[in-house]
Amino acid sequence: MREIVFDFLEGYDLLGAFWVTVQLTVYSAVGSLIWGTLLAAMRASPVPLMRGFGAGYVNVVRNIPLTVIIVFTSLGLFQTLGVSLGADDFKTINFRLAVLGMIAYTSAFVCEALRSGINTVPVGQSEAARAIGLSFPQVLSLIVLPQAFRSVVGPLANVLIALTKNTTVAAAIGVAEAATLMREMIENEAQLILISAIFALGFICLTLPTGLLLGWVSKKVAVRR
Amino acid sequence: MTSVLYDVPGPRAKRRNVLFTVVFLVALAALVWWVVRSLADKKQLEWTKWEPFFTDSRAWTTYILPGLENTLIGAALAMVIALPLGALFGIARLSDHWWVRGVAGTVVEFFRAIPVLILMLFANAAYAEFTDVSPENRPLYAVVTGLVLYNASVLAEVVRAGILSLPAGQTDASKAIGMRKGQMMRYVLLPQSVTAMLPALVSQLVVIVKDTALGGALLGFAELLASVRPMSANYGANTIASFTVVAVIFVLLNFALTTFASWLEGRLRRGKKSTGAVVGADAVAELATPGEHVAPHGRDTPRS
Repeated sequence: MREIVFDFLEGYDLLGAFWVTVQLTVYSAVGSLIWGTLLAAMRASPVPLMRGFGAGYVNVVRNIPLTVIIVFTSLGLFQTLGVSLGADDFKTINFRLAVLGMIAYTSAFVCEALRSGINTVPVGQSEAARAIGLSFPQVLSLIVLPQAFRSVVGPLANVLIALTKNTTVAAAIGVAEAATLMREMIENEAQLILISAIFALGFICLTLPTGLLLGWVSKKVAVRR
Repeated sequence: MTSVLYDVPGPRAKRRNVLFTVVFLVALAALVWWVVRSLADKKQLEWTKWEPFFTDSRAWTTYILPGLENTLIGAALAMVIALPLGALFGIARLSDHWWVRGVAGTVVEFFRAIPVLILMLFANAAYAEFTDVSPENRPLYAVVTGLVLYNASVLAEVVRAGILSLPAGQTDASKAIGMRKGQMMRYVLLPQSVTAMLPALVSQLVVIVKDTALGGALLGFAELLASVRPMSANYGANTIASFTVVAVIFVLLNFALTTFASWLEGRLRRGKKSTGAVVGADAVAELATPGEHVAPHGRDTPRS
């Protein structure tokens, strides 16, 4: 019975496709955490020009659909401007371009999450810290940042889960991740409901535990006010 | 300006800030110069590539405006259908009966955990297999269905958060004058929560508008991105120019929506007639996450 029902899975690399999804997620998450932190630092900096650049970047990028950005990395960056990110074959080039697009997009949301974390720390905290004679590095490292990091876990978890779901957009430039495989399987096999259920389940396995775990962590570390 | 991060700058900090500004300006100028040079190298800055958008009205009437129209139609349909569905599920999640709560909760969690593209691909194939929707209408149906399934579950959480954000006194008062559960929901809680969640609704509209582009890239839905793409074939390989125009249109459209949402939010927060309860535009990101639950004021139901 099992062999007959799941016959259509033969010849498809289901785990491989989801592995590409995971890789896309991890590389983009690391990249957008770095670039997003830099952007948040700019938006919180005392230099007006940096603040302006950070605000401008975030407001422009988060209002462009990710699809437009991803398709642009392929048609605009690669095919028109010849940016190949040091790769030779199409598979690697598209993967790297997708990661680049995903980083450019997600970092705007990372920046906003970090900024909202900093904003949850009341000004009175640093004023009190200065009043008891702590120096600027001490205020930052002992009072402000520990509180900001704790309140940022929840918003960052939301960004990570949204990123996991967004990696499917890489299908638009043919990266061999889960949505690409789903498209291929729907086209060639007759088991529409079953195929969709498998891919839905795959994404639930990726997103739901992350959401529950990080939700629990963020509640655990949250600063009560 | 006072910030939690740093003091009001003194003379030394001011000098340092000027130095940072100069360094950043140089870096930014270098970046811009590099971008302009690489664009010029590939002949993407020639006026002939940008001209059609400014001088040729056909570029707008044949490509951009019909695409924008489809984007807006898709987004509006999705919002209009998703809203009542979302309200239904949001209210069902607050039901007194555990099985209603359980079913609604499972459905909402399920669709929040799945990428909207997976839902669109499924809807597209399902329409082809089980219905006789004509092939030219199928992309629109599939895009709207996918968007509705996903956004209804997000909106269910928005509605739930809206109802939960109302002060407990509203529930108590309606109970005290002898209202039934249905009456309380219809006459007291829902009307007030609709106002409270308006900012979140508008900013969810931004998400919907952006997601229509998925249908353009992968399902052949003739929205803005998809209908501008053939331009580079007809107007001399102006890929950069056409992508810039598409991006600018999306940014202007969504920026207007975002600004409207935060204006609404501010108005509602300051409002004297309302309870002051509001589901902010920023709450949407949290509500779109599977496994995340909102319980403002530490209450689980409005009827506790």
